Order: sequence, then structure tokens, then C-alpha cells
Amino acid sequence: MKRVPPRMRLLAVLGAASLALAACGDSSDSGSGGDVSEVSIGIMGDFTGENAGIVIPIRNAAQLAVDEYNATNPETKIKLIPYDSQAKPEQAVALAKNAIKQDKIAGLIGPAFSGESAQVGPVLEEAQIPSVSASATNAPLAENGWKYWHRVISDDDVQGAGIGQFITTGVGAKKVFIIDDKSTYGQPLAATVKKAVEEGGATTEGDSIDTDGADFSSTVNKAKAFAPDAIFFGGYYAEGGKLIKQLREGGVDATFLSADGSLDPGLAKGAGGDNAEGSLIGCPCLIDPEGTAGEASKKFADAYKAKFNAPTAIYAAEAYDAATVFIKAVQSGATTPEDIQKFIGTVDFTGVSKQIKFEANGEVAGGDVYIYKVTGESLPLLGNAKTAKP
Amino acid sequence: MNQFWPATVDGLSLGAIYALLALGYTMVYGVLRLINFAHSEIFMIGTFASLAVVNLFGFSGVGGFALVGVVLVLAVAGALASGASAVALEYLAYRPLRRKGASRLAALISAIGASLFLQQLFARVLIPWWFDVPKEKGALPLQGHFVEREDLFAIGDFVVRNDKFIVFVGAIIMMVALDQFVSRTKLGRGIRATAQDPETSVLMGVNIDRIVTATFAIGGAMAGVAAALYMMRFEETDFFVGFLLGIKAFTAAVLGGIGNLRGALVGGMVLGLIEMYGSVMFGTEWQHVVAFTVLVLVLMFRPTGILGESLQQARV
Amino acid sequence: MSSIEWAKKPVRKISEPVGSRLDALRHWWAVQRGPVRWSVYLLLTVVAFLLPHEDIGSFMSPHSDWQAILFYPIGGYILLAIGLNVVVGQAGLLDLGYVAFFAVGGYTMAILGKQYGWGFWEIIAVGVLLAALSGVLLGAPTLRLRGDYLAIVTLGFGEIIRIAATNTDSIGGPNGIAGIPHPPNLTDWEIPDTAFFQALDLEGLKPFTYGALDTRPYYYLMVIAIIGTIIFAKRLEHSRVGRSWAAIREDEDAAELMGVPTFKFKLAAFAIGAAFGGLAGVLYGSQATSIIPEDFPFILSATILAAVVLGGSGNIPGVMVGAFLIAWIPERVRGVGEYRILVFGAALVIMMALRPEGLLPSRQRKAELKEGTGGMGSLGAEVGGPGGAQVEGEVSK
Repeated sequence: MKRVPPRMRLLAVLGAASLALAACGDSSDSGSGGDVSEVSIGIMGDFTGENAGIVIPIRNAAQLAVDEYNATNPETKIKLIPYDSQAKPEQAVALAKNAIKQDKIAGLIGPAFSGESAQVGPVLEEAQIPSVSASATNAPLAENGWKYWHRVISDDDVQGAGIGQFITTGVGAKKVFIIDDKSTYGQPLAATVKKAVEEGGATTEGDSIDTDGADFSSTVNKAKAFAPDAIFFGGYYAEGGKLIKQLREGGVDATFLSADGSLDPGLAKGAGGDNAEGSLIGCPCLIDPEGTAGEASKKFADAYKAKFNAPTAIYAAEAYDAATVFIKAVQSGATTPEDIQKFIGTVDFTGVSKQIKFEANGEVAGGDVYIYKVTGESLPLLGNAKTAKP
Repeated sequence: MNQFWPATVDGLSLGAIYALLALGYTMVYGVLRLINFAHSEIFMIGTFASLAVVNLFGFSGVGGFALVGVVLVLAVAGALASGASAVALEYLAYRPLRRKGASRLAALISAIGASLFLQQLFARVLIPWWFDVPKEKGALPLQGHFVEREDLFAIGDFVVRNDKFIVFVGAIIMMVALDQFVSRTKLGRGIRATAQDPETSVLMGVNIDRIVTATFAIGGAMAGVAAALYMMRFEETDFFVGFLLGIKAFTAAVLGGIGNLRGALVGGMVLGLIEMYGSVMFGTEWQHVVAFTVLVLVLMFRPTGILGESLQQARV
Repeated sequence: MSSIEWAKKPVRKISEPVGSRLDALRHWWAVQRGPVRWSVYLLLTVVAFLLPHEDIGSFMSPHSDWQAILFYPIGGYILLAIGLNVVVGQAGLLDLGYVAFFAVGGYTMAILGKQYGWGFWEIIAVGVLLAALSGVLLGAPTLRLRGDYLAIVTLGFGEIIRIAATNTDSIGGPNGIAGIPHPPNLTDWEIPDTAFFQALDLEGLKPFTYGALDTRPYYYLMVIAIIGTIIFAKRLEHSRVGRSWAAIREDEDAAELMGVPTFKFKLAAFAIGAAFGGLAGVLYGSQATSIIPEDFPFILSATILAAVVLGGSGNIPGVMVGAFLIAWIPERVRGVGEYRILVFGAALVIMMALRPEGLLPSRQRKAELKEGTGGMGSLGAEVGGPGGAQVEGEVSK
């Protein structure tokens, strides 16, 4: 008992499928690359998501560096391609693969955050594309043995040690309450600060907050019971502001300290009134909108302000330096990822934020931590953590 | 310092907000057997309405009895905004499903979709437009500082602050008022009848659509009041503010016995206390784990929550 | 009549023909016999293996790497949806914390692979078993609860797993685990560079070499895993277990009275669903090289549940289509940038309003819907039973 119609239908389906396949095969590969008059450099980070406020100055500064370079009419121009990862690792990975295969980037500035860097790193490593991040400070990133990965910012271990030392020497605190937000950023940073502070002879106690919640009263109660001289918070400014507010309202008046994640005017705004006044924020980054730190810093701050009508913000100077690494590579005649990678291995110049020279594991050599003091809603530079006094 | 009294006071003050929010879940569940996932966004809308009122009148440094008055104004604004949004939500997202006799699972997915939509609508469109912030900053928290914190009285060695006290008292007043409303008015009787047996109540002349609308309006209004109290307590909101609170409030509703109004109150307060005691004992990072573990334990011994399901049984 | 009736008519004009075509397709399929069915299966498998083609990708995903998103989220969501469908669609248990089992699989891969140096293939077995065990551990105390009580407890379980991982420093705390090894290469064989393979965009592919850059080998693993789970789930559906699940889903009390050991079968559904989730987790972990607790949020559970219901709870092709759409639409509309989740949320509401039974519902479920009750019961205020809609129409006048 054979019935014809079903088989006919099946044939029709198969035929349609093969047609579709043939149609797919016909179209040619979209050719790109091989054109030495232009080198594509990617920049990856969260440009539209929740953290866009932090990452947009990074993109702006990199764009500024590239525009300045292209304006000199060089033989090989640089095209800066943005990749909006929204700080989500799996998006970042897919975009990185696209960047490598379709756009044929020769290098990448970023990814901006550590979480996305952890997953993009192996991809870039296998594709042999050099990257320079201006803001991913997670310490274990450098322990992966990646050759093509670099950053122009000191890691959280350096930052935590610097701030911890500042808490015991600069602030002179004997009892320190340490709070973290259980994030990939805040928790290890708080742990490093705790270690440094204890080495400095202070006693500590700690607690964690939940960033999705609004009520930190159990943390406040614990801090109040401990009666510390100083409080360190490892986390971002959105929670930092709320935390300061609730601490002050709960009657805890100890000096509040935090790190680069809280280095934002939003901290004082979230804290309300003058609750955040005098809080001290450490950062391995240099933010210098007035250009007091030196000639290069002044020139950059003025150019940035002229172009974007805003003062320089966090990681902008570092992003400018990261872009400059690639610009210098292209200037030296390197246009392939391999040549650029070789160049990065030997690069050594005075950038806006610091002397740029990479160690074998991709970390930038040296590493100063700067302290900023909350004054109204601004965050003027107080000085180097080693020497600053509150 | 002993942590018992601080944890108790803060637990009750947090639990009061859970309880008010749990009311919305429990009423909608009682009538429709639906977990209204978008209720957390109804709450979020209430916080923004309160914030808008604070900005409009430029309140600042409000303390004493004036604070009670200001909170009343905020509560009215929050209740109107949230109540209206809840009704609109029912009309647009759930009513078409009801008419088709869709499964509750489909309604749950519709609720999750509505929840995502409302969050994003605020973060991307409404907050930038309404509060005049740059578009890329719509997802960031907004503040409206207006409360002067004052110490009222001491329990043990812990001083109770005005805002924590008002939250607690405000929630109790709202619960009592709602309880009276549902047990004494005609509309309340309709709600109970529908929760108990929708088919029979239709035959008895109850207009189901009207009952459902009223249920959403009341639940939404309670969320709006909760939002006003929340804004007084924390003075800050963002598009994601309802997410965790919503999950906790639903947990509270289940803990107390879902569908049961008094259960919502008990569940909210108990959950608030558990969280605060848990964070004292195990560290704040474990507070949610403690809360959920207690929930599982309670349900193992009382499978329908502390007070049992009973919106239907007229024991509201 | 309500005042939004006017707005429904144009929508109906679009939705009904689409819906009826899908239904027609199902009816056609239902009468087909073995050879036709097997040919279609074979064809679909071949198509699945050819999907990573660049030209398909340039249409399907112009804003992101098609091959990468084919593996995850698309492939991953499909596998998870098939697993969750066992629990929700077949046994009728509402699970809002399914992501916990995905996390168990991911962490098993990470811990055993990185810290103990186990091989990938052994880890698959262990990961699946551990996930199933965690399903039993969750189910044993809670499966006596009904409906929404179960939902909140599973939601809590998902959160507990995530928070516990965040708070446990020995498994990396919030940093999770980085440097998870890739599966070992089976062979470095490379597909030859001939015109035929160029047309298929397969030239130079090393299908058994698991690196970081080319996702296709992982995608093929995923396809094989999906096919395996489909066969397994399908066999179950037609066995005594599947029939018991159907009985429990429709009326648990009646099933119990008829002698179905409901608790045992509910537990089995949880364990099997969990095992599929664990499998997805192991595969995901082996490709991602690093996992953090934040990879397993509640919203992922909700998303997978949405995929199951959207596609047609209880019907495997349906949930696969649902998972594909849920994973693919946000990637496809990346062009609208920050509005994509907004569009996604609205799409969920609209699709549920138009076709609450799902795109490809199981035939049985569709019949139930006509009678006025879904597998999980209808909305309470809906007047059940035949003629219910009429009564309601009367009431609203």
C-alpha cells in the first residue's frame, strides 16, 4: 500500500531546501581587509546599558585620540569601531567573534569591564588579536597566561593595597568596618583592603550588602555596634550613595572610603545632603579635569572638554593612552595584529595617565593609587595614596 | 550593642512594605489564581509618582507631623498612579487571555512580558522624558531627599526613628481598612464570592469583569501606598526597584497563606523579621537564603502557609 | 461587549490565518507515516548542521556572530526548554527555578574540569547525574506542595543556588571560575577546501577541534545533545511514565485514586528535567571558559518558561520553536539597540493574547483549551466548562 501524495510532498520540500542552499552558496563573501590605507581598531564596552555612564567617557577619549591622529593625514588611517557589549559576557564574546571575522579588527580597546574580559580574553588569544583595556581592574585576569591581553590600569590588588595602606597611615584608622557588594569587583577588592588594613595593625569587621535591595539597615546596625574609625565599601556608587545615606541616618559617622567603582558624582547625589562630604575615594586612575597634574594632562583635559563639552571623567585618560598605544603602533608601520602585538611588547612612552610600559603578563608597569575627596558633588584630586592626608 | 531590638524594628518596618505589596499578589491570586508578576512594576510606577510629587512641591527637610501630611499626599498620588496602571494592565494584558479561556501559565508569561515591558518603558522612555535626565542615564537611580529623620522613642537601647515608625503604622492602618472594606461592603462581598466560586457568583448576578477590575485597582492602590512609604523610607528609586521587593512580597503572600489578606500581613512581617534576624546570625549575604529556607520549612509543615488560603472562606 | 473589541478585529485578521496554517501543518503531520517522518527528521538534522552558514547568519543575525549565538543562547535555550518541558509541559509542575540545574551543570564542569582536571566526557555524565540528584533533593521535600506553592519554592531554590555560589569562596565566590578547560580535541581533521564545502561554508572547519574562536564544533555537540534529549523525551512521553505524567497534569487527585504513584512520577519528572538542564550547563561551561553566579539569574528561568509556553507547552517541536524565537528575536533586533528588551516584553504579551495555547500546541492541549481548561487550569474568573465564553459575554453586557 503505497501512497503517492506524501512522497511527492516530501520531494517538494527537499527541492525547496536544495534551492535555498544553492541560493546561499551563490552570494560571494563580502571582502574586507587587506587594505593598508586603513586599520580597524575595535572598542568594546557598555555604551547603552546600566553602566554606560562609566564607559562613554572611555569611548569618547579613545575617539578623541583617533580623531587627532587621523587629522594629521597619516598614510594609514585608523577606523575605530564600537562594540556595545552592554557589559554582558556572552554578548561581548559574540561581538568579539564578529569583530574578528567580519570587521577584521587589528586590535581592541577594552573590553571595559572585567566580567566580559574574562570571556573575551580566550577568544582574542586564539585569534591572536592584541587588546588593551583601560578599565578592567580584576586582578586574576593577568593570571590566565594570555599573551595578547594588556591593560593600562593597575589591578585591584594594587588598588586595594594602596587604599588599605592609606586607611591605616593617611587616615590613621584603628578600627575599620569593611563592606562589600558581593560583586566580582567589590568582593575581592574588599578582601584585599581587609588584608592590607590588618597588616597595618587595624582590627576589622565586615558585612555584605545586596545590590538589588534597598534596605541596608542590618549592615548599618552591625557597623554601629562595631563603632569603627573608618568604613571601606567595595562596590559601585549607586549602592555606595545609598549606603552612606543610611549609615549617616543610622548615626554612624566614621570616615567613608571606597574605590574606583564609587568614583562618581552620583555617590554624593545618592547620599543626599552633605552625607558624603569628606568621603575618600581611591582609584588607580588619574582624573584631572583642571590639568594640574602636568602638561600632557592639561592638553588632554582641554581637548576633551572642547570636543565633548564635558569635563574628563573616570578612565578617560587611560582610554586615551590605550588608544595611543595602537596609534603609535600604526605610526611605526605595524598594520597586522601580529606586528601590533610585537610593537606593544616594546612600547614605552609617557602617556597622559602614567608611563606606559607593559610587563610580560600584560599588566602596566608601576602603579600609583590616587585619592579623591568628595566635596559637594565634585571629586577633586587629593593626592597620591602614599602621601595624601585627608 | 545587642542586635535584637534594632533587627526587630527594622524587620517590622521592612515587613510592613512586604505586607502591603503582598496584598496585591494575594488579592489577584485569590480571584484569578494568577501570579501577577507585573505587580512589582505597579509598585515601581507608584514610587515614580511619589517622586514626581516630591519634585513638584519641592518638599525638603520635612519632619514632625508635617511628614505625616506629606506622606498622605504621596500615598494618594502613588495609589492613583499604581491603581490606574494595575487596571490598565489587567485590561491590556490579562483580559484578552481571560476571554480566550487561556491557561494560567499563558497568563503568567504575559505577566512576565508586561513586567519586562514596563521596566524598559520606564528606563528607556518615560524616566528620561518625565524627569528630564539624559537618555543613557534613564536606568540610573533617581533621588528625592525630603525627610528629616527624627528619633521618636526608644525600645530597649534602640531608638526608633520617625520614618520607620510611620511605615509600620501606615501599613497596619491600610490593612485594617482593607480588611473592613472586603468584609463589609457590597463590592467586597462580590470579591469574596468570586474568589470562592466564580461560576456560581456569575449565576448570582455578580459582574465578574467589574470584580476583577476592582481587585486590580485595590491591589494596585495598596502597592501605590507601599511605594509612598518606601519613598519616605529610602528616598530613591529606579526602574528595577520592584524586582526583589516583588519576589519577597510574593514569598510573604505564600508564607502567610496566599489568597488570605491577614496572611499577607502576617507573612510580610514574619518575612521581614526572618531576614533581619537571619542577617544578624549568618551575615547579610545569607539573608535571602535564610528567608527561602524558612519558607520551605513552613510549607512542609503547613502546606498552605501560616494562616492557610482563605479569601474564599470569608475569613478575611 | 468591551470597548477594545474594535482593536481586536484587524489583529485577528493577521493572527488567525497564521494560527490556522500552523494548525493545518500539525494535522498534516499527524497523519504521516514512518518513511515520511524519518525523511523529515533526517532533513531537519542536515539543516541543523548546515545552519551556521555565513549567508544564513548575515540575515539571521546581522549585528552579532551567528555561529556564537547559535550555540548559546539559541541551542542552549532549546536544550533547556526541552528539559523544562518535561517538568512543566508533561508533568504539569510549575518550576520557576529551573536555572538552578543549569548552574549545577555549569559548576560541575568548572570545578571538576579546572580544579580536578577531569576529562570532558566523564564530566558530562557526572554533571547530568548531579543535576538529577539536585532535582531529587529539591523535589523530595517540596513536591507534595501544589501549583503555586511549588512555583515559589522552586524560585527560592534557584535563588539559593545562585546566592550560595556567590557566598562560597572555595568556588570563586562572585568571581566564579575562570579558565575552564575546553573539551579535548577528538581529531584535528579538517574539512577539505573543495567547491562543494565552500558552498556549504564548511571549508577549513575542524569539526572535532574545540577551541575558543570557532563555536561550530560546540554547536554540533549541542545539536547532538538536543537530538539525544528529544529521542529520550519522546520515548518517555509514549511510555507508562509519560501517561502517568499526563494523568497527574490533568487531575492529580484522580490519578492518585486510580493507583498512579504520583509522588514518584513527579519526582522522576523533576530529576529528568534537571538532568537535561545539567547537560546544558556542562556544555555551556565547556565553551564559555568562565562562569560566574550572575550567569544564572532568575530572569533566565522566566525566559525559558516563556519559551516553553510560547512555543506550546507539552509539544517538543513547539517548545523548540518557542526557545528559538525567544533566543533569536532579541539578537535579531539588536539594531533597535536599547529598545530591544522593551520590544521583547511587548511581543510576549501580544503573542500570548493572540495565541495563548502557544504557537504549536500539543493536540491534546488544544482540545482541552476548547473545553475551557488548560493543563494547568484556566484563570479563576473565567467561567469554565462549555459555553463559558458565552456566559461571560452576557455578563459583560
